Amino acid sequence: MYRVEKAEKLAAKVFQMWVCAPHVARQARAGQFLIVRIDQQGERIPLTISAVEDDSVRIIFMAIGKTTSHLSELKAGDTILDVAGPLGKPSEIPSNGTCAVIGGGVGIASTPIIARAAKAAGNHVTGIIGARNADLLILEDEMREICDELYITTDDGSRGTHGFVSDVLRTRLEEGPMDCAWIIGPAIMMKVTSQVTLPYGVKTYVSLNPIMVDGTGMCGSCRVVVGGETRFACVDGPEFDAHQVDFDTLMQRQRIYLREEREALDVYHNDRCACRENGLHD
Amino acid sequence: MTDRPADERVHDFLEVDQGLTPATAVVEAERCIRCKKPTCVGGCPVEIDIPAFLAEVASANFRGAADIIKRDNLFPAICGRVCPQEIQCEGSCILGKKGLPVRIGALERFVADWEKEQGISLPDVAQPTGKRVAVVGSGPSGLAAAAELARAGHKVTIFESLHRPGGVLVYGIPSFRLPKVVVEAEIAQIAIMGVEIRLNHLAGQSVTVDELLSYDAVFLGTGAGLPFFMGIPGENLNGVYSANEFLTRVNLMHADRFPEFDTPVARGSRVVVVGGGNVAMDAARTSRRLGARVTLVYRRREDDLPARWAEIIHAKEEGVEIICCANPVRIHGDPEVTGVECVRMEMCANDVSGRPEPQPIPGSNFTIDADVCIEAIGQGPNPLLIRQMRGVEYGPKGNILVDEEGRTAIPHVFAAGDVATGAATVILAMGGAKTAAKAIDRMLREE
Repeated sequence: MYRVEKAEKLAAKVFQMWVCAPHVARQARAGQFLIVRIDQQGERIPLTISAVEDDSVRIIFMAIGKTTSHLSELKAGDTILDVAGPLGKPSEIPSNGTCAVIGGGVGIASTPIIARAAKAAGNHVTGIIGARNADLLILEDEMREICDELYITTDDGSRGTHGFVSDVLRTRLEEGPMDCAWIIGPAIMMKVTSQVTLPYGVKTYVSLNPIMVDGTGMCGSCRVVVGGETRFACVDGPEFDAHQVDFDTLMQRQRIYLREEREALDVYHNDRCACRENGLHD
Repeated sequence: MTDRPADERVHDFLEVDQGLTPATAVVEAERCIRCKKPTCVGGCPVEIDIPAFLAEVASANFRGAADIIKRDNLFPAICGRVCPQEIQCEGSCILGKKGLPVRIGALERFVADWEKEQGISLPDVAQPTGKRVAVVGSGPSGLAAAAELARAGHKVTIFESLHRPGGVLVYGIPSFRLPKVVVEAEIAQIAIMGVEIRLNHLAGQSVTVDELLSYDAVFLGTGAGLPFFMGIPGENLNGVYSANEFLTRVNLMHADRFPEFDTPVARGSRVVVVGGGNVAMDAARTSRRLGARVTLVYRRREDDLPARWAEIIHAKEEGVEIICCANPVRIHGDPEVTGVECVRMEMCANDVSGRPEPQPIPGSNFTIDADVCIEAIGQGPNPLLIRQMRGVEYGPKGNILVDEEGRTAIPHVFAAGDVATGAATVILAMGGAKTAAKAIDRMLREE
């Protein structure tokens, strides 16, 4: 059992949670993830390790399906049945170069730990974070503190540059050289944004988020196509060379259980409503 | 026989074989003719004193029988159910030459189940030696090594990456062959013997190689968990599974009980399973229980099917259609699977395995309608940890090379089970682990 140390809402449907998991915290490095299973009936879901402090790790997630909705209702002092990790390979951080760390939506969750590691390795770090609107933008202060420069974009212009992270990235690439970039967000955002760095020859990483089960290389659920070859995101990734990734296959495979995900969420909400009506729930 | 009728059991995940009763067990054990030189013992990878335990069963001393079995094997309820007895103890039984061999497996299981009901007597544990041993993986080899080492008085810590101990016994083998309560009960014994199991700890990630090497000895029982894929077009379509994934979703995560349990699995109406081993039979029979019409495709002849004979019979009884001498060449669909295109195979000259090599017959393609395709074509050793262990030597299939007592090329590091042999059986893993554990014990005592 793993104790929730702190839980708070960051934006509409976006939550951050600190969980005490010493075996994960001890070894966790930028770019890695963990797997949680809330209770005996729970599924195993992968979440990026967003920050580490002493024995605790931070996860950030959007309450979008059954498991993330359930997770969002946990409070400090509650427990999670299983936390496994750290999983996947750490980010390959160069030293003394120029890096950009780009996050979109809830994908911003993954950026501070990478930006921090890049900074610690002597890199000049540019942060670019974007969201649909100002209310959905997360971790701005934290990223501002870590990065040498931080750019903000919103789709509706309610904060920072009106537009997409890819627009700002393009401008930034025009201004000067860049050795390395991380792009983390929804698959479609990663696909589009990584096209921007291609002509500039920037080594670009994306962190892939396919459906996983064990997260240890045992099932192949998370297989992705990179450079024409099948790779397992859980052990060969989750970060891959963005310009080699077959994003269309990734997006297709992310949708395998759409129907079941909706069904599980409906059942969850119905059960909770029934509990409330019967006074069984707060 | 003691199997539940196929039309009943195909609707549930309860155990197929209901086992012997005390009366039938005594009668069966009485059939043993007590050979002067019992060949059955030589057929057992852990060398259980079979004639001795059969004699106790014949005189209805089931407790005595259990004690004899447990001298050599602490997991008889598991082995009695999943061992390929027909090529081991029962295959070596003299009675089998003219008629039916003594049903040693069924008797082992009966004795184990009887003891569990009556209350287990734990084996003696030696005085603590003060030595610490790290065991990686809690599957058959890890459990067997841990049990042996704990019995010898060493402090054993098992690192298990999943949330439940048991390895392939819980994620791979379905509960209709091996009920999970049986696995739990046998694992509980080693916990009482002082073995600590750290779940959610992936060795090589949560625990570093250096940390492992700080133990007095390390036993690697990481198994063969890396699923192979055929490498044919259409393999990434939605509805294509490795058998590992499909079985893990159902066995470990209880996807058969979705949405009560959160993990889903595609419930195909028509499933094609590729492969002919025990894993393929497990996937096929599991699919039947999820309500699908199931066709199993195997590239060699029916006689070549590597699965246990009983699994093949059970699969057929349960309505699994088996097409031999055929091999998939492409999976159709967009993006969901709609069919599996296969080609007929003919048997040519013997290959390196000594079996006729199957070769495709040009122009013989045919397509089986399907919405799910499960590939059960084998697994390799999971490279995650062992690739980090500098100095380990590998065989051609990525397996760790060990000597006959499980020693790797790194001092104090031993390995057994599928990680050393390539994918094999539960009992071979346990036998190898037992040998390695004995070597570890000797090494630690000599130091």
